[in-house]
Amino acid sequence: MAQAPVLARGFELPLEPRLPRIGSVDAVALEARADSLAKRSIKKEAKLFALELAIRMTDLTTLEGADTPGKVHALATKAVRPDPTDESIPSCAALCVYPNLVPTAVARLRGTGVKVASVATAFPSGQSPLDVKVRETEEVVSMGADEVDMVIDRGAFLSGRYAKVYDEIVQVKQACGDAHLKVILEVAELGTYDNVRRASLLAIAAGADFIKTSTGKLSGAATLPVTLCMLEAIRDVHEETGRMVGMKPAGGIRQAKQAVQYLVQLYETLGAEWLTPDLYRIGASTLLNDVLMQIRKERTGRYQSPDYFTVD
Amino acid sequence: MTDLEKKSRQALVPSDWDYAPAPESREIVRIEERYGHFVGGEWLQPRETYTTIAPASEEPLAEVGQATAEEVQGAIATARDAFENGWSALPGSERAKYLFRIARILQERSREFAVLESLNGGKPIKESRDVDLPLAAAHFFYYAGWADKLEYAFPNRRPRPVGVAGQIIPWNFPLLMLAWKIAPALAAGNTVVLKPAETTPLTALLFCDVVRQAELPPGVVNIVTGDGRAGAAIVEGDVDKIAFTGSTEVGKAIQRELAGTGKRLTLELGGKAANIVFDDCALDQAVEGIVNGIYFNQGHVCCAGSRLLVQESIHEDVVKKLKRRMKTLRVGDPLDKNTDVGAINSRAQLEKIQELVAAGEDEGAEIYQPPCRLPEKGYWFAPTVFTNVAQSYRIAQEEIFGPVLSVLTFRTPAEAVEKANNTPYGLSAGIWTEKGSRILWMAERMRAGVVWANTFNRFDPASPFGGYKESGFGREGGRHGLEPYLEFQP
Repeated sequence: MAQAPVLARGFELPLEPRLPRIGSVDAVALEARADSLAKRSIKKEAKLFALELAIRMTDLTTLEGADTPGKVHALATKAVRPDPTDESIPSCAALCVYPNLVPTAVARLRGTGVKVASVATAFPSGQSPLDVKVRETEEVVSMGADEVDMVIDRGAFLSGRYAKVYDEIVQVKQACGDAHLKVILEVAELGTYDNVRRASLLAIAAGADFIKTSTGKLSGAATLPVTLCMLEAIRDVHEETGRMVGMKPAGGIRQAKQAVQYLVQLYETLGAEWLTPDLYRIGASTLLNDVLMQIRKERTGRYQSPDYFTVD
Repeated sequence: MTDLEKKSRQALVPSDWDYAPAPESREIVRIEERYGHFVGGEWLQPRETYTTIAPASEEPLAEVGQATAEEVQGAIATARDAFENGWSALPGSERAKYLFRIARILQERSREFAVLESLNGGKPIKESRDVDLPLAAAHFFYYAGWADKLEYAFPNRRPRPVGVAGQIIPWNFPLLMLAWKIAPALAAGNTVVLKPAETTPLTALLFCDVVRQAELPPGVVNIVTGDGRAGAAIVEGDVDKIAFTGSTEVGKAIQRELAGTGKRLTLELGGKAANIVFDDCALDQAVEGIVNGIYFNQGHVCCAGSRLLVQESIHEDVVKKLKRRMKTLRVGDPLDKNTDVGAINSRAQLEKIQELVAAGEDEGAEIYQPPCRLPEKGYWFAPTVFTNVAQSYRIAQEEIFGPVLSVLTFRTPAEAVEKANNTPYGLSAGIWTEKGSRILWMAERMRAGVVWANTFNRFDPASPFGGYKESGFGREGGRHGLEPYLEFQP
């Protein structure tokens, strides 16, 4: 097949070279679709299934300036056994921390199946020289992080320097080695769904294993429509190439009900194949206890006081 | 820890995530065993009755009256009396109060109405809950606002009500069509005799309860039930205006019948709308729009986007995405909150759909239906799409009025216009492109009453709705919707 005309470097998406290659997004209709999916009524076993899955998909996160080894240790313990009184509750997928706390997390989580994820690349702004970002990535990987959550350079993206964004992702991916790379688009700064779609495809083309909505440091983090927009980009790539890319909404998902809505959206957009922590994560810090509370309610028919769930 | 680890590794993921049933409770609505005709604010014992059923289960729901010509004439005389002795002389601001009251009661009782609508008509509860009921109430609110402003709506034309309106409505949106008919008629100062469709009388009969609750003067709204014979009696009766929504065939018969009688007529008939998808559209959202255009209300929509005209360059992509999306449509119990596609309204309609689909296969079109388990009892038809459809096939020409989509292709905008307009109907059209200038260029050339851009099947009481050619004449909704119910003096 003939090659498409060469675009700005970095735009050689792994899609068949044919138009329309990027496509566009209609905001009104996208939001209407997200809204209608959010109205699904998920009950009984179907709800329990979703809640347990939500726990297994949770990237339990603490990204504070005030994080200490003590705090991370406590949270890591929570990630392994979210509910110490209930054996049947599964572990979370990962613990997500700042680079300096990776060793603490690794020490606590080794052998438990819970992964250690570290943010990197001058999180959350990404406004640092590339060699610093690459160095930081190499550092967290060598300290034992299984997963790296990087941020894209939104300044470069919004000024149209897509090739720079692409190059950075490629180099960080290289620095990751075997570690999984999640690319944070910080959708709240991108402004339009068209940009979100563009950035999603760009990140996927550059080698992202996961694409992720937000740093959690801004208001207007993950929303259902923006996540749907990213899932549709993932779906298009899968249709064209067979490659399965993961998705991680992060920020603003605090209630079990929301988690179920996100999973319904995932299921009805990408299918049952994606219902696994290998391909979907929920970045959250306070969600877990609400999910635990809802599971207990679903099993016993009664709500319990928040004091019966540990605050870590 | 190792146990736990094992547990978390064990895939809980089944091949499919089965949503547990989430049925809306039927408890909220009380269905009488037997209904009469609602005339002059009273229930009249019917001479003949028939059984109305739930199409999803064929379960009998109630006995309702089959109005005789005599009963219909009685209702019309009552309406005439109410028109002449009170209602037409009432100040507009007073009429508005009644309409506002009806609107509010509909909102308050919307769950009850939604459940009954889904039960008797077969449409998914999420549609009756989120579309039919809010829109029905909105229509009453909207026309309540016009009731005391007719002089401003038609300045210097001295509007006056026409008298008694005979209104015959279809089974696809029973309560909403009732609202479309009754709200403007009453706002303009008319009284009405309305006949709901034979298969879906129950929400109209429940509406009589609302009429009473709103303390509307007796005889202003009269409701008789029955099949086409009752409809014919209304058409032949001493009414000043007929408003009919239904099939083109019956519409033509009514028009013949009324020729030379001086009775006014508006018709809202069939359609075979083109949904036109350009290669620069937002693809995933267009696919959503295609699905909404044809599978909404099981395709029992006169303005349904039943012909998909897709630019040849993206034909393959669109069809692939469409089929994938169709697999996620949930067909089943209309009262389940997760149902996307409900039951076909009647056996007769199901047979008509089956006949046309068989014709499509015979003519050589390629059929696709997603795998779905249809209930054994009741009337069901899986969402269907035909590809390789030629413009001359019956499935591209005739109104199917079911969940059946025909896909055709075009190459240029001019060809799209030509193909879209090449139909005896002209009720609606859809245009999907991210290019604003193309939307305007296309909309100018569509011979259709409603042209949607980057959306489909969207309604608003402020927007006039109606057809070109065999889709009928007259407009409902908006200021235009008042006109057929008013007489103007020079």
